[in-house]
Amino acid sequence: MIEIADASLVDWSRAQFALTAMYHWIFVPLTLGITLIIAFMETLYVKTGNEEWKKITKFWMTLFGINFAIGVATGIILEFEFGTNWSNYSWFVGDIFGAPLAIEGILAFFMESTFIAIMFFGWNKVGKKTHLLATWLTAIGANLSALWILVANGWMQHPVGMKFNPETARNEMENFWEVLFSQTAVDKWLHATSSGFVLASVFVIGVSAWYLLKKRELLLAKKSILIASVFGLLSSLYLVMTGDNSTRTIANDQTMKFAALEGLYNGSEGAGLVAVGLFSSSETDPSNENLKDFNLKIEIPNILSYMAFLDWDAFVPGVNDLINGNEKYGILSYYERIKRGKVAIEKLTRFKEAQKNKETQLANSLKAELTSKDFQENYFRYFGYGYFEDPHDLIPNIPLTFYSFHTMVGLGFFFILLFIFSLVFILKDTFDQKRWFMRLAIISIPLAYIASQAGWIVAEVGRQPWVVQDLMPTLSAVTRISAGSVQTTFWLFAVLFTVLLIAELKIMFRQIKIGPKH
Amino acid sequence: MKPENIFRKIWNFYAEGFREMGSWGRQVWIIILVKLFIMFVILRLFFFPNFLKSNFETDQDRSNHVLEVLTKSK
Repeated sequence: MIEIADASLVDWSRAQFALTAMYHWIFVPLTLGITLIIAFMETLYVKTGNEEWKKITKFWMTLFGINFAIGVATGIILEFEFGTNWSNYSWFVGDIFGAPLAIEGILAFFMESTFIAIMFFGWNKVGKKTHLLATWLTAIGANLSALWILVANGWMQHPVGMKFNPETARNEMENFWEVLFSQTAVDKWLHATSSGFVLASVFVIGVSAWYLLKKRELLLAKKSILIASVFGLLSSLYLVMTGDNSTRTIANDQTMKFAALEGLYNGSEGAGLVAVGLFSSSETDPSNENLKDFNLKIEIPNILSYMAFLDWDAFVPGVNDLINGNEKYGILSYYERIKRGKVAIEKLTRFKEAQKNKETQLANSLKAELTSKDFQENYFRYFGYGYFEDPHDLIPNIPLTFYSFHTMVGLGFFFILLFIFSLVFILKDTFDQKRWFMRLAIISIPLAYIASQAGWIVAEVGRQPWVVQDLMPTLSAVTRISAGSVQTTFWLFAVLFTVLLIAELKIMFRQIKIGPKH
Repeated sequence: MKPENIFRKIWNFYAEGFREMGSWGRQVWIIILVKLFIMFVILRLFFFPNFLKSNFETDQDRSNHVLEVLTKSK
């Protein structure tokens, strides 16, 4: 029954999961940000009593409603895939993954079914302040829902607070708070939610710019731009801070990902940041086609060291330092990690055999060894490396990670400029005179989605081949089913998602064309 | 006059909300229902069985299977 997972099964399973997750993420960031923008607008309505703010609030609420309705439950497909395509993973992670997902499900259900209903159905039925409270709770609830998903993802990137039980083949949670407050989880939540705030601000400015270009809904557009540019600018600056924190966490906990996102092959002290880079088609190292030369590279000296360790002269390890090790800086080579991983797998195999043969004494002594602190810290932590023979298979796709990272960061800084100019033009009341800027604001909407997706590509492609960092690679996480059946569902999803996306865009565009009800 | 039952109030709140919904609201509800049907009836039942639950009866069997995979996926 047990077969070695072939590359096409792993690749199709990954492609299917990526497709589903990326489709789901089209809807999530807009919900995270626009609910807060709507809450600010409604607060102004309640504070001032100005009916124009009510009209503005209701208009953006309609667009939020369309986005929410099309996106709702698309995340559940990911859970189906865990059970069907990633069953070994689902079992291995045990309650550590299940608990946050269950909390998210319950929270989302109650928040969404109650407060969103009041938001949409409650105008004129509940008091102004009660309605405002429901709007704020929807916004806060949506962002809290995201926390639990990102805690689960953060644990996969940096597993903490658990112990592996060799009898059940599951990781068992030992410290819930360590899982919840892991630096990786906190960074991921803050960075992902603030990126949603930025995306929603760009969306509001872009749609408002379209009205100004058409010389329609001028008051709504100008007031919306004012709110969104202030909120977007503050969120962007916060996004830079959270991104900076994330970078440092990755530099410490996911060293290969850090080297990949900067295309750093050979580490150095006072390492420079590649601000702009273009890979050539030739390889620097024939043993790995991922290690491409740079055709063009604009590097700022010492910045990478500072970003990673807050020290201009700190040593930042490159891909080759990780593969071959670096004694001076205490970096254990991937060759050694593979050896230790094999020792851990071997011991687990012996334990399993002893159990099967009912050799209770031997099984107990092997279990004690497997769960001992020394073995966990020196061998089991490299368990996943034991599945590999060649350390070069442990390098992620460097060009894809590098380009995605630089696209995300570049667009992030572009949005800061967009918000600054929007704010200046709207305060000077010249926004509607600058046609080039209005067009730029509209074009920026898809760019915000590209930046948001690029961020996830960095996070997920950059950590390959791991599903659970250092412990479980994709090849052992995947269910041994036929690659053909995964291909079938991949195409099924591709068609379903495309139809749903077209439906959303059609309804959304029509509603924008109709505009607010007068 | 007898005060209205709280459950009746909640029911009426949702019912009136759906009744007074605009055309976009009705369209998205149709999409939601079709999507949920495709997801939970077609995809879940025919394409996405839970592999470990449908192939193994007890947690012990599931553990043994995963242990087997973990120690043989080399």
